[in-house]
Amino acid sequence: MAVITPRTRPARPVRSALSRLAERLATPLLPADYLDVIDPLLSGTRLRGRIVAIHPEARDAVTLVIQPGAGWRPHTPGQYLRLGVEVDGVRQWRCYSITSRLDRPDQCVSVTVKAIPGGLVSNYLVRRATVGTIVHLGLAAGDFVLGGVTGGAPAKVLFLTAGSGITPVMGILRNLDLEPDCDIVVVHSAPSAADVIFGGELRMLANRGRIRLIEIHTAVDGRLDIDDLGALVGDLAERHTWACGPAGLLDAVEKMWAEAGLADHLHTERFRPSLVALGDGGTVKFSSSAVSVEAGGSRSLLDTGEAAGVLMPSGCRMGVCFGCVAPLRRGAVRDLRTGAVTTAAEGDGVVIQTCISAAAGDCDIEL
Amino acid sequence: MTALQHTTHSPIAHLTEDDIENLGAELDAIRDQVIGSRGERDATYIRTVIAAQRRLELASRAVLLFSLFPPAWLIGTAGLSVSKIIENMEIGHNVMHGQWDWMRDPEIHSTTWEWDNAAPSDMWKHSHNELHHTYTNVLGKDHDLGYGIMRVDEDQPWSPFLLAQPLTNFINACLFQYGIAFYDLEVGKYLKGRVDKDDFVRRGRAVLAKIRRQATRDYLLHPLLSGPSALTTLTANLTANLVRNLWTHAVIMCGHFPEGVQTYTKTSIEGESHAQWYLRQMLGSANISGSPAMHFMTGNLSFQIEHHLYPDLPSNRYKEIAPKVQEVFERYGLTYTTGSLPRQVASAWGKIIRLSLPNNFVKSLTERLTAEPSAVSGATPRSSRAAA
Repeated sequence: MAVITPRTRPARPVRSALSRLAERLATPLLPADYLDVIDPLLSGTRLRGRIVAIHPEARDAVTLVIQPGAGWRPHTPGQYLRLGVEVDGVRQWRCYSITSRLDRPDQCVSVTVKAIPGGLVSNYLVRRATVGTIVHLGLAAGDFVLGGVTGGAPAKVLFLTAGSGITPVMGILRNLDLEPDCDIVVVHSAPSAADVIFGGELRMLANRGRIRLIEIHTAVDGRLDIDDLGALVGDLAERHTWACGPAGLLDAVEKMWAEAGLADHLHTERFRPSLVALGDGGTVKFSSSAVSVEAGGSRSLLDTGEAAGVLMPSGCRMGVCFGCVAPLRRGAVRDLRTGAVTTAAEGDGVVIQTCISAAAGDCDIEL
Repeated sequence: MTALQHTTHSPIAHLTEDDIENLGAELDAIRDQVIGSRGERDATYIRTVIAAQRRLELASRAVLLFSLFPPAWLIGTAGLSVSKIIENMEIGHNVMHGQWDWMRDPEIHSTTWEWDNAAPSDMWKHSHNELHHTYTNVLGKDHDLGYGIMRVDEDQPWSPFLLAQPLTNFINACLFQYGIAFYDLEVGKYLKGRVDKDDFVRRGRAVLAKIRRQATRDYLLHPLLSGPSALTTLTANLTANLVRNLWTHAVIMCGHFPEGVQTYTKTSIEGESHAQWYLRQMLGSANISGSPAMHFMTGNLSFQIEHHLYPDLPSNRYKEIAPKVQEVFERYGLTYTTGSLPRQVASAWGKIIRLSLPNNFVKSLTERLTAEPSAVSGATPRSSRAAA
């Protein structure tokens, strides 16, 4: 019988004694607060990064090269990271797909950002951020990755993307030497050839025969009709498909794959929640902050809380990253994407994602 | 001062209800303008102040490692004193008011901030933000009026114990951080049996734990790190804490104790509108005039009137809105109480000394000495409570 002895003592007792001493010297602050004064990338407890280069990518899109600070762990191609920036003095978080190669000698990561009309963070990153800007980071996360499906990458793959949905796919394509035998088709939609982010690089991969690239320029060709996909790709049923793009495209794809009985061959990444629930609303109490507000049934609890001045943890704001989860002490909330209602009573230990949940009656959030 | 309702010439008698509501709307407009323009400039301000304070603290503590040399002791102690004052006043007090919560930075947020003071932040926030700022200068409700140990208003009852209050006040000034901690514990309320015992014990333990951590840092670990300079670093840290206590006590006395500040009875705030609350804050607070450096070192509490009108606006904005607020005072015929730091401190101390004696004690004493014995009964201190 194997006996597993739990290790009760820290691995490096000297170091832990030193850090306890540092904590006592720094109280009521933390040693990290003083490290931040020296260099904001030093402290591993608060993950940050520094923008070291900004490359224009396509119309209204740039690639930011970020040097992550202490505490960063390498990503898996296809994953995203949470990026926090101060826009007009206010911390804003968004998620961006990592597009860099894993084996960069400088250990930097890159993300590619397209300015969305009216987008607070994307416009800041594309037009205002400068080299040297410190950004806040969350560790790489997400399961939009090639591995893990059948233990490794499938033999045949379709990437079905539109607009900035190409970014996680580019993160995978750039690390293709990890998957040398994979047969890949990329079907990508963008308004015009000039709007294709990474257009040159994708076409070069196609010219070298590494991928088959099908570009759809919607301003000329019109939108991709999902029923034409079979004709475009041919062996659709044999492929595992990774789809990333606007909700309309993903909804159509999910429906089609489900009808074909191939739902387990489809992997999607959603960038924004599609709102279906319009309903009750109620009084939302943020109990730890002692704030109560009336909230409509179509507004996310995250927006409601932020507007009321509550310190809301947040992330992607689209239901992906779980950076915004908070305990729902009691009450009912509705998922803005699916309309599903979640209820909780005291002690249930229910946590909800505030960015895609709206009040479905009175509720009490422990924030 | 005397509760507003008992004064013969009410400073607000000339205002109609409509006037007061208009005044409230004007003050709301000033607030809206600041909130609408909060942004990068303000965020940069507080981050710069926090970084500078931490650098100053690190540098001062580094210099104090060699505090055996008198110049190092002097420079290090001065730096640490200034650093502690900034940390408590411009940073701690204001962050815990939620003035910077709009930045959504969890490291500069009222719910997460802990300050270099014996009083744990959550208890301080309750007694200061909730009680003092809501019930400002309401007799029997706002315990900041004399902190339950002193008499700072004619309408507070006198007892022989208060004869010692000039001394009490001086001791409180020297030990101010502990004074605040025990005040936030509501010891008086507990002794009267109005606080749950378990709750009181739990909070008492929290206070003691914080005091122990603070004292271990200043009086044990940093001296030990200084090696041969241990003893002088200990005296340096004691001095810095004393300087911070005396300074913060002086500034805080100037906020509500100087002559000219109004107080209110409990019943007078029943059904109070937001505009009437504004008016109470306007007449219940006093400013300190002086240089930008003085304003900074008081944590902009020298703009006490502006702070009490808008406790959650960023502190760097108070000096910008002060002229607009003062102009509103003038137009509505109200007195904007302000004065230099020495004048306001002297005024507050004068009141502490005067009110250590019963009301009109000096006056009645002189009358007693000069008048016929039959006239004495008419010169007893007026009982304003009975009159009300």
